[in-house]
Amino acid sequence: MKNFPSFFVIFLTLVFEIRAWAEEQCPFQVHGFLLGAVSGRVTGERPPNGNGGDFVLGEERLRLELRGATPSGEAFLLVKGDGFHDAVVNKTHGDLREVYTGYAKGPADLRFGRHIITWGVGDLFYINDVFPKDWESYFSGRPAEYLKLGVDGLRTQFFSKWVNVDLLVIPFFTPDTFPPAERFFFFDEFAGVTNRAARTPANRFSNIETAVRFSRRVTDSDLSLFFSRGFWRTASMRPDNTAAPTSVTAFYPSLHVYGASLQRNFLGGVTSLEGGYYDSRNDNDGNDSAIPNSEWRFLAGYQRELRRDFTLGTQFYGEIMDHYGTYRQTLPVGFYQEDHFRGVASLRLTQWLRYQTWKLSLFAAMSPTDIDYFLQPEITYRVTDHLGTTLGANIFGGQEETTFFGQFEKSDNVFWNVRYNF
Amino acid sequence: MSIKKSLPFFLALIAAVVAHAQMPLPDATSILAKSQEVFFSAGADMKAKITMELMAAGGAKRTRILTMLRKNDGRNQKYFMHFHEPGDVRGTAFLVWKYPERDDDRWIFIPAVNMVRRIAARDSRSSFVGSDFTYEDVSGRDLSADTHTLVKGEKLRDTDCYVIQSIPKSSADFTKKISWIDKRTSLPLKEEYYDAQGEVARLFTADKIENVVSNGKTFPTVTKRTMKNVKSGHATEVSFTNMAYGVGLEERAFTEQSLQMPPQKWIQ
Repeated sequence: MKNFPSFFVIFLTLVFEIRAWAEEQCPFQVHGFLLGAVSGRVTGERPPNGNGGDFVLGEERLRLELRGATPSGEAFLLVKGDGFHDAVVNKTHGDLREVYTGYAKGPADLRFGRHIITWGVGDLFYINDVFPKDWESYFSGRPAEYLKLGVDGLRTQFFSKWVNVDLLVIPFFTPDTFPPAERFFFFDEFAGVTNRAARTPANRFSNIETAVRFSRRVTDSDLSLFFSRGFWRTASMRPDNTAAPTSVTAFYPSLHVYGASLQRNFLGGVTSLEGGYYDSRNDNDGNDSAIPNSEWRFLAGYQRELRRDFTLGTQFYGEIMDHYGTYRQTLPVGFYQEDHFRGVASLRLTQWLRYQTWKLSLFAAMSPTDIDYFLQPEITYRVTDHLGTTLGANIFGGQEETTFFGQFEKSDNVFWNVRYNF
Repeated sequence: MSIKKSLPFFLALIAAVVAHAQMPLPDATSILAKSQEVFFSAGADMKAKITMELMAAGGAKRTRILTMLRKNDGRNQKYFMHFHEPGDVRGTAFLVWKYPERDDDRWIFIPAVNMVRRIAARDSRSSFVGSDFTYEDVSGRDLSADTHTLVKGEKLRDTDCYVIQSIPKSSADFTKKISWIDKRTSLPLKEEYYDAQGEVARLFTADKIENVVSNGKTFPTVTKRTMKNVKSGHATEVSFTNMAYGVGLEERAFTEQSLQMPPQKWIQ
């Protein structure tokens, strides 16, 4: 039985945990928030067959968070879930954001369940953070934490003077969530094809995803190395026939990522560097046009507090496609052709005012290669310790409708939310 | 008067001058250095639960509750801060490694997305979690940044104090600072920060001093302090509870592990 070691570890952890819970009193904390969020498209355009009219988002959301730990902190649990009513289509949903139980002893801990994890040093540009993202939430104006989706599996961490290790074993695949056609305009190579199927990686042992990070300080820098084995989280599309497709299958090809990141103080600020190689295992030669080619990704960033309560962050992010010549040769006629190199520069300005009750921020990204942009201005006001409100906008634009930001040009929206924490 | 006759007189004069010079004439910088030591670095380590009440002139009140752990490491210091309240920052943690001669290393943990990041925080005049205290007020201003003069000795609420004037050598958010330092405990009891108009802009007061006894040693500690923005009327009152010094905080409490998994033993 190949997987015996992991089952054994699971069993032992549960035994330790039950013992720890039984031996100690365990105080629980319940917290959460109520969130009302609305977002409206301001371009006057409505997606054909859309279900929201001018609305991209309209919901009431209740977050409940239960946290417990034994007094020693050895055994712990977290349940974080949302119930929400999508007012646009009058439907109620549940969303289990994060739930795990774990056991920690000395330098190590082990957790089972659904985990939200953020790796890497980029601000909205992710290289070694191979975990699923919810771009629908982000681009429709939900709070930023909703960009991250949980992964289901086992997480173990080990901390020491020499190296910290963070290991994930993820048996169940979660793809990224992209804005839906009912509420967003975006580029679809197969727009006219209605016969569609989706195939996620089967729940097989051989499809278990793993990701590991090794990190330590090296001469005042935070250095991390990453390795992951899993699948692209953005669907690839395979048509039955490239010349005259009648059906399209969405699928998630195999992907390995190897990378590194570094963060350190520099010139009065913090500088960040990150790079990775996206090894597209099902298309090593780059001759299958339906599967993304392997690519290099890199990022350089710098953040600095320019003056009191005012911070500037700037980044440059790039992707370089491997086997570009083969890609061009094998791309079917009439298909959108990606560039060999895609670069995006970004700027984030944050100003706190009036004892940090007001926060003004702007995130701006611009790609000189795609010739497109994304702007997200935001104003947040903390009315009291419990009540806060945010007004902001997502503004997209570009020369072409095929680029990442350019495709959303008709989906510019203004969002507003009110949140009560308890 | 012959030289021979006057020699004893000269010798006496020289002796007097030398004696005077050797008298422990308190110098302003060393008074402040001692004061910073007892105020910011007492004990080998420290733990405290801190309640900050932010009071607007109109009466609106906000509360921040955090646990602070500190450990001295030679002239360097390590701080760990874990927020309990308010809800929008609950579980957020800061780790600061402070060095006397260069920029601090600072990390933040954001629980909503489980992320540990370095943060840029160069401007030590930035508000500490939205309060009237700046980062500098919380961790100590570099003494060599100002010129210090001992103005006089004075009683402040029946306590003998040194009154020291500090003038920043380069542009700062105050033009002059007057400090009242308790002669006995070396704790700062009051500080006035003057603006360019020569008026008091911010006022620090030590409102309550308690003797915290840890491991048989007594540490006079300011357990309640206020920083008031005199111009706007906004004030922040900070209370320290559950204080202890020299509790043997392990090195691990000041690492990434602690950011992600707050040391339960110390933060309750």
